[in-house]
Amino acid sequence: MGVSLLLVIGRLIKLQVFEHDRYKTLSQENRLKIVPVAPARGLIYSHEGVLLADNRPTFSLEIVPERTHDLPKVMRELRELMTIGDDDLKTFYRSVRKKRRFEGVPLVSNVGEEDVARFVVDRHRFPGVAIVARLSRYYPRGAQLAHVVGYMGRIDEAETKQLDTSNYSATTHIGKTGVEKSYEAMLHGRVGYQEVEVNAEGRVIRVLKRVPSEPGRDLHLSIDTRLQRAALQELGAKRGAVLAADPRTGAVLALVSNPVHDPNVFVGGIGIDEYKALRDSPDRPLFNRALQGMYPPGSTIKPFVALAGLDSGLRTPATASWCPGWFSLAGQRHKYRCWKKTGHGHVDLGRAVAQSCDVYFYRLAHDLGIERLHAYLSRFNFGQPTGIDLPSEASGLLPSPAWKRKSRRLTWYPGETLITGIGQGFVLATPLQLVTATAMLANGGRRVTPRVVSHTVDRRAQTSTPVEDPAKAEAPFIRAADRLQIVQSMERVVHGSDGTARTVGLDAPFRFAGKTGTSQVFRIKQGQVINNKNVPEHLRDHALFIAFAPVEAPVIVLAIVVEHGGSGSEAAAPIARRLLDQYLSADTTEMRQVGGG
Amino acid sequence: MAADSLLPAISRFHLDPPLLTAVLILCAMGLLVLYSAGGQQMGVVIGQGVKMAAGLGIMVGMAQIPPAQFRRWAPWSYAIGVALLGLVMLHGTGRGAQRWLDLGVIRFQPSELMKIAVPMMVCWYLSNAGMAPGFRCTLVTLGIVMIPAALIAEQPDLGTATLVAASGLSVLFLAGVNWRLLGVGTIVTAAGAPVLWYYMHEYQRQRLLTLLDPENDPLGSGYHIIQSMIAVGSGGLYGKGWLNGTQSHLEFLPERSTDFIFAVLCEEFGLMGVLLLLSVYLFVILRGFTIALAARESFVRLFAGSLTITLFIYILVNMGMVVGQLPVVGIPLPFISYGGTSLVTLLASFGILMSIHTHKRLLSN
Repeated sequence: MGVSLLLVIGRLIKLQVFEHDRYKTLSQENRLKIVPVAPARGLIYSHEGVLLADNRPTFSLEIVPERTHDLPKVMRELRELMTIGDDDLKTFYRSVRKKRRFEGVPLVSNVGEEDVARFVVDRHRFPGVAIVARLSRYYPRGAQLAHVVGYMGRIDEAETKQLDTSNYSATTHIGKTGVEKSYEAMLHGRVGYQEVEVNAEGRVIRVLKRVPSEPGRDLHLSIDTRLQRAALQELGAKRGAVLAADPRTGAVLALVSNPVHDPNVFVGGIGIDEYKALRDSPDRPLFNRALQGMYPPGSTIKPFVALAGLDSGLRTPATASWCPGWFSLAGQRHKYRCWKKTGHGHVDLGRAVAQSCDVYFYRLAHDLGIERLHAYLSRFNFGQPTGIDLPSEASGLLPSPAWKRKSRRLTWYPGETLITGIGQGFVLATPLQLVTATAMLANGGRRVTPRVVSHTVDRRAQTSTPVEDPAKAEAPFIRAADRLQIVQSMERVVHGSDGTARTVGLDAPFRFAGKTGTSQVFRIKQGQVINNKNVPEHLRDHALFIAFAPVEAPVIVLAIVVEHGGSGSEAAAPIARRLLDQYLSADTTEMRQVGGG
Repeated sequence: MAADSLLPAISRFHLDPPLLTAVLILCAMGLLVLYSAGGQQMGVVIGQGVKMAAGLGIMVGMAQIPPAQFRRWAPWSYAIGVALLGLVMLHGTGRGAQRWLDLGVIRFQPSELMKIAVPMMVCWYLSNAGMAPGFRCTLVTLGIVMIPAALIAEQPDLGTATLVAASGLSVLFLAGVNWRLLGVGTIVTAAGAPVLWYYMHEYQRQRLLTLLDPENDPLGSGYHIIQSMIAVGSGGLYGKGWLNGTQSHLEFLPERSTDFIFAVLCEEFGLMGVLLLLSVYLFVILRGFTIALAARESFVRLFAGSLTITLFIYILVNMGMVVGQLPVVGIPLPFISYGGTSLVTLLASFGILMSIHTHKRLLSN
């Protein structure tokens, strides 16, 4: 008896005296918890200050499976209490398998207010289940800016590995596409934390210390929502892309890829079936045609090839070519056709661009040779990413003998140089590359990097930081006289009596420059005559148009691609005219000051 | 004793002033700790105070009964107790385990009665059979103890069964045990352990395993022991102060106002508080043995001794459980734990001790 009493006392002395420090620490750890506080994500505004991405409070139902006694029973009872879909359950059990111990897993990500109230009343019945209020992203303009703003989604495994896990300890969602992704670091902000006292159930009793989070920076885009909306409406049911930019700064004014999708469905977690439908739709609404769509540029490349001719000294504006309707290389029987079967006759540079004479450019390309052509077109960013502040930009394709040797293990044929000169064959460009190249032509030959974000704002400090164009300081690479020749020829396209798009320039209150393009989707066999109207839609030509206005001091450049739209002059050029009309009408120009883009 | 003459009323009511004082101190300490452990609810403290008052009333009542009566009642109370245990098996109520007998007006736990009836019966038997029990006597004693113990264990209430058995067997020691028989008994018990294991409920096995290695399942069955040890250890020498125990107030500690209330005391009052409590307990136990030694007749002598040892076992088992030396069994800490049933039994046995002491002296005077 005495011995056992001594044993108990000995044990007490051991615990309370010798091991006191250890147990003191354990009790502190029990009691105190560091709870990270998610920063408020920066908001996104359009150029005119329209809110494009907002944070809205939403309630999610979260479960810590380790704290529930009987998970299947809890599920049954919860489903009696509130609406929980089969999809929610599927997603929940999938994430339960991947999570860490004692980590909450969301079951329903957007609980309605009634369900919240019903749960709160019965909360005592569900240990380990909690309603968590958090801010989630909402896109008031929905699909209209989906391809610019992008969307957010739950952080996935691959992203977890790359993230600063402490800064993201309270964050569940991350930008997946658009500026939400490319400006993630700025938008996210800095995590804060609270030191709280918790009870055994993990419920917070009181807050002992608070280090506030720093909200992310707000983004102000250069996108003009009125132009954006108009461009989207112009495309209507047609697949394609419209890009508008300020050639002086590279600021993107509109970036449209049609069809669009609603970014809001991704925020709360999109259902598997819904996602499959979007992904597998033949219209590919998730595909950002403006950045990733690669199209043969067709005749829109001709002004740049003409510039190469002037720059190299191989052509003067007056140098004339004879166009009989076809061109062939010495010693070859193959006829490279002009789009005009009867031929253009004598063609100088101005007429070649205005009427888009293929033979003039076959000959010019042949004289330049592929190496020189490749080098010159590279300056306009063909074949390389433009460096826009959006993710997943495609680099297009500007072919060269080296490229062909490497990727196809074939030698370069002289005929391939000819068709490169008219923007066919291997050459591919994204609408973004077309608008960027056109901007460099419009601004006098200065390199620009397109940007959709004009400045970022620290809401608390009230400070604004512009997003700098890294190429801004560079000197022009086009001689002014050469540029003038090309601009005049492009002006003739829309305003001249012989221009391919002369109808769209009629009665314009401003002078503008443009170039049509009609790019072949499939190759016409030798001697075959095709009427585009009788061809199934998916094999019809793509319609393209590039333009800038006003010619004296351009403030806007456009690149338009209508997939399988037919001819550039009919399907794409009229869209450009209407957008320019809208943009250049007095009230909007006043608001848009020079460099303010 | 001088106190006696100063307090004629107390001696007229057959009360023992040292024991009474110690019991009142223990009750006061109990209420103090309970106020903190119960979440500062005055209602809980008042409720317990009422139960203490009722228990003290029963104690006074028991003290009026001459020891000879207990001797006469011993076989009957034992027989009735066993019968009631049988009834509990058939008609008992309670959550999880059947321990209660619903008598309409009150619910009654026959196993509590046996905490007194069993040692009383053993004392009766051994005092009749003569001291220094032989082989046959020991065997009969084991029978007397094991029948109710087995019935209680079957409820299942292993803690009370162990206590009842221990209080019964303690009489054997007091009567002068045959050491050879004890050796044989130990061997038989050791050999029987696997059989006992076989008859245990799964949760009972788990508790034993947990005791051996609480870290093995820190969130399951080991959770309570670990949290309890954290409470005790973090209290240190002087404790965190009354009402400042984080382990108990933040609900990490299980059963903090009943079986694990000792951990609250350890956390808030430290080793000093524990030693204070232990010294009061020791005083009570020494007083109990003094009473036993002063008794002339073998039945009362054994009875007083076994009641004192039972109290001692209560204390040891509860503390051992809280500090992680013994498996988690539902044994409350005398006078401190919340709850009326065991308190009433306890105070009743104190009444008996007082009766033994005061009646003897009245006779001798």
